[in-house]
Amino acid sequence: MSLLEINNLHVRFSAGHGHEVRAVNGVSLAVEQGESVGLVGESGCGKSTLGNAVLRLVPVQAGTVRFEDQDVLTLAHRDLFHYRRRSQMIFQDPYGSLNPRIAIGAAIEECLAVHRLGNRAERKRRVRDLLQTVGLDPDYAARYPHEFSGGQRQRVGIARALALDPVFVVADEPVSALDVSVQAQILNLMKDLQQARGLAYLFIAHDLAVVRYMCDRVLVMYAGAIVEAAGVDALFACPSHPYTQALLSAVPDVEKGLRARAAGVRREIVQGEVPTASSLVAGCPFHPRCPYAMDLCRAQLPDERAVGPGHTSRCHFAGKLPPT
Amino acid sequence: MEDNLLNVDQLSVFFRTRTEPVRAVNGVSFSVAPGETVALVGESGCGKSVTALALTRLVAKPGYVAGGNIRFAGRDVLAMDPAQLRQMRGAEIAYIFQEPATSLNPVFRVGWQIAEALKLHRAGIAVRAEVISLLNRVGLPDPERRLNAYPHELSGGMQQRVMIAMALACRPRMLVADEPTTALDVTIQAQILDLLVRLQEELGMAILLITHNLGLVAGVARRVNVMYAGRIVERGPVEQILGQSAHPYTRGLMAAVPRLSGGKTRMIGIPGAVPNPARLPTGCPFHPRCPKAQALCRQEDPIETIITEDHRVRCHFWK
Repeated sequence: MSLLEINNLHVRFSAGHGHEVRAVNGVSLAVEQGESVGLVGESGCGKSTLGNAVLRLVPVQAGTVRFEDQDVLTLAHRDLFHYRRRSQMIFQDPYGSLNPRIAIGAAIEECLAVHRLGNRAERKRRVRDLLQTVGLDPDYAARYPHEFSGGQRQRVGIARALALDPVFVVADEPVSALDVSVQAQILNLMKDLQQARGLAYLFIAHDLAVVRYMCDRVLVMYAGAIVEAAGVDALFACPSHPYTQALLSAVPDVEKGLRARAAGVRREIVQGEVPTASSLVAGCPFHPRCPYAMDLCRAQLPDERAVGPGHTSRCHFAGKLPPT
Repeated sequence: MEDNLLNVDQLSVFFRTRTEPVRAVNGVSFSVAPGETVALVGESGCGKSVTALALTRLVAKPGYVAGGNIRFAGRDVLAMDPAQLRQMRGAEIAYIFQEPATSLNPVFRVGWQIAEALKLHRAGIAVRAEVISLLNRVGLPDPERRLNAYPHELSGGMQQRVMIAMALACRPRMLVADEPTTALDVTIQAQILDLLVRLQEELGMAILLITHNLGLVAGVARRVNVMYAGRIVERGPVEQILGQSAHPYTRGLMAAVPRLSGGKTRMIGIPGAVPNPARLPTGCPFHPRCPKAQALCRQEDPIETIITEDHRVRCHFWK
């Protein structure tokens, strides 16, 4: 049994005038205890909505979410309250997710108070411990968010997510708002905490290099669906979905750039726009941008097919495309 | 030196405050040759965008140029009168910025906004035809229809294409691209970058690329200037800066960037955070974060040392 199991999840939003946005369109995935699963994709692909849906922050139209063998979507009252202790979230924007008028110690303590953990003195002590755990001076508890740099604020966000000792954390673009020199500090902190506490992460990101560093497995999302899933090394070594291939080739990378410059070659670039969730097409959602699209792709949504051990791809021609 | 299109020498830009002025740009020197792509790399608050704006004297109050020299195409930019500046802005040096949505006026159709620059700088041409040809050139699909669109009707990538069309309208000799792809999705980033490179080849303009992304720099720039706390701490050809970096900050950045080809070996970040330009440390501004810092670094700001003719570094202990 996996820690988290999602089956055929659908999240739809009303866009007015009878229109509907299919943000998450039949997603299934599993996260094991202590595992770090990356969810990558471009803006509007549904990755954040999926993360929110798992934590029951947005209503779900269909499908199931099971966590520690409980049906998350039907949890109510005390059970839901308890679920929120086991699963937490780290947000992208440490500026937006902290109340500017509440000292950071109080912001962390609030989680403990809401869940009635310890008395005041014990909670204060716990806050100091948490600050230390994330590499901040415990005396900073009395300071306000504006007194911190972006990296320090993200440490506060992590401390708050860990306050209730969760086993599962959704991290939604936790380092993309940070400067490069600080990113590595936060990623390393998250790795250390994962190891020390046996945390499982659903790590949502658009930066493939960050995902490669952080994750054991990667899921690639496009237009509300997971188009490829694989172990991190397999995905980067032999991406089988044309979208994954396009993403990998589009990422600006130091070595790749220097090599291409030395060889005088120009890379292949995928054309077309990222689809909006309300403008879905028939057949495979990627076919308008796909260099290999055939009539079959325009007519029929491809099923998930296995292309290797633990490696699946939603492409009619997976495994038959030229290697990148 | 006059072979260069742009020569910036010891440029300082400060911001007045109630107390000490904030030294956002502090004695920066670099050059751009005609048709060349030069990168200005650094993290938030290092002064790269202020440097870019100062090139056409666009730094708004309370900012002011506190010293140095800017020469563009042989003319002294700091000595220009308002009419000369107006003539140069847009026509000779054009800009594109990170957030196309905030750079476009939301209440005017995009065709009109492109035409505005044409009417100002290139009187007497067939404006509509030229706008369509510009939009074609930047790869905006269906330009006859799109020129009637308002900015919010276009995606981020299309908005950036419109910005590029505006910037190119007057055939500038230099394009300043300030984080031109940062707000865009990766696949769109690659398209826009590819477009810039192609247009540069066609039009022979120089590009000053301002970015924090070393991967981007590796792909397109010929020479690189690395900025930290208002200074250029290292500059040289891209292969040397990224391949044999001499400054501990450049090296730290290189080690902190996750790589596609990288595995799980622990990355080494740079400890601490970027300093607030209002409270710069004494001596070398990087010393509080530097693994090699010694007593000298705390006391004395290093001057630029020449490693090879075109590779220079500001560090006491670069060897």
